[in-house]
Amino acid sequence: MATDIIIHDKKDNVGVVVIEKITPKQDCSCWIMEDDSTVKIQSLDEIPLGHKIAMTDLNEGDTILKYGHDIGKVVKSTKKGEHVHVHNVKTKKW
Amino acid sequence: MEIPKSFLGYKRENGRAGTRNHVIILPVDDISNACAEAVANNIKGTIALPHSYGRLQFGADLELHFRTMIGTGCNPNVAAVIVIGIEPKWTKKIVDGIAKTGKPVEGFHIERTGDIGTTMKASKKAQEFVMWASEKQREECPLSDLWISVKCGESDTTSGLASNPTVGNLMDKLEPLGVHLCFGETSELTGAEKICATRGATKEASDKFLKTWNAYNDFILKEATDDLSESQPTAGNIAGGLTTIEEKAFGNFQKIGNCKFIDVLEPAEEPTKGKGLYFMDTSSAAAECVTLQAAAGFNIHLFPTGQGNIVGNPIEPVIKLTANPLTVKSMGEHIDCDVSKILSREMNLSEGGDELIKTTLRVANGRLTCAEALGHKEFVMTKLYRSA
Repeated sequence: MATDIIIHDKKDNVGVVVIEKITPKQDCSCWIMEDDSTVKIQSLDEIPLGHKIAMTDLNEGDTILKYGHDIGKVVKSTKKGEHVHVHNVKTKKW
Repeated sequence: MEIPKSFLGYKRENGRAGTRNHVIILPVDDISNACAEAVANNIKGTIALPHSYGRLQFGADLELHFRTMIGTGCNPNVAAVIVIGIEPKWTKKIVDGIAKTGKPVEGFHIERTGDIGTTMKASKKAQEFVMWASEKQREECPLSDLWISVKCGESDTTSGLASNPTVGNLMDKLEPLGVHLCFGETSELTGAEKICATRGATKEASDKFLKTWNAYNDFILKEATDDLSESQPTAGNIAGGLTTIEEKAFGNFQKIGNCKFIDVLEPAEEPTKGKGLYFMDTSSAAAECVTLQAAAGFNIHLFPTGQGNIVGNPIEPVIKLTANPLTVKSMGEHIDCDVSKILSREMNLSEGGDELIKTTLRVANGRLTCAEALGHKEFVMTKLYRSA
């Protein structure tokens, strides 16, 4: 099955869409680069190429992990399968 | 893939090798641009490098101006230089700095002669230089004569997934072969600065990096009216899916692969500790960063992009690569190396790195980059603070 989403690290709670877009209720195949494993997820939103999807339910204040590292905080609770971007995540810097 | 051991470059008087053979007309200051451009217009095969500064600067800002001017002239991609300034003193200082390389250089000042007389005198010398340079032939040079700088731009998540790691893969393969490497972008390591610091080859290098990053961050905190969210990440970054500076920083950082940096350079400072990877304190604005790296002596540049940055440089060829299939489709004339198959997993990272090495060597041997063919010659001086 083709890869729809790539995840850098096993610890990451977001993945990146690598096809033109995914649509709501799409069953997506996710490839985890770190250990070459595959997981599945069903999307809730339409998400374009390069944008992120929540791999777990995220609560306000949670830390977003990508590359296995802290890349910001959740400012609006987000369900597994939803679009993750500037509307629900903010930097911890500045 | 077996990596070629050599490329065809122009050997220079000081032992360095160039991937290009430019004769440049270098204005010392903003008001000498017109004369420099007139000379370049008269004498075919020369290029003028107009810019916006060079008057009433002082202190570290003036030192950086001279370092950038002299370094640009010294770059091995430059065969010969005409320097034109309004006054004799600063003009001579730049001529003397470039002359240490042994390459032909001559300065002209405009005061007491005017633009027309100076253009005539400088054009005669420029004609002599360009005709001399046109006889230079490419010769076999060891791969270690490549000084490769890197910088990414209009990044998106595909940069961190594929095009930046492709550059990292190239670094991992070429570093053992004795090339010089350079990355910069102080601001765009924000969020990954502690991890980046662990990649210093020595404690001294790590400490120097953190000191540089902290000085920059203090400056941002002092000058920013609210925060940098309006410009970091950029609107283009956000459109491409990057959400925070931290995410951008970890993507950016993929460009150095597993290499460790041996020293931290001031903007436009020439590395002096031999082969290996250097970090340079630069802005993350593309043209400013590449201009500083070229002034430090780097002779070929790798520029991964996501959404499609189009920057070029007048003397250092800028190779663009992208992993974003939409960018390849919509603005392919800017892309020298397409690694989008990494995202569809039809290409692995090592194959991407090999493709980039092949492209780099073709460009080093003389193939024009997309940016060169399209006429991109962005030469942008870094200004540290306002002039007197």
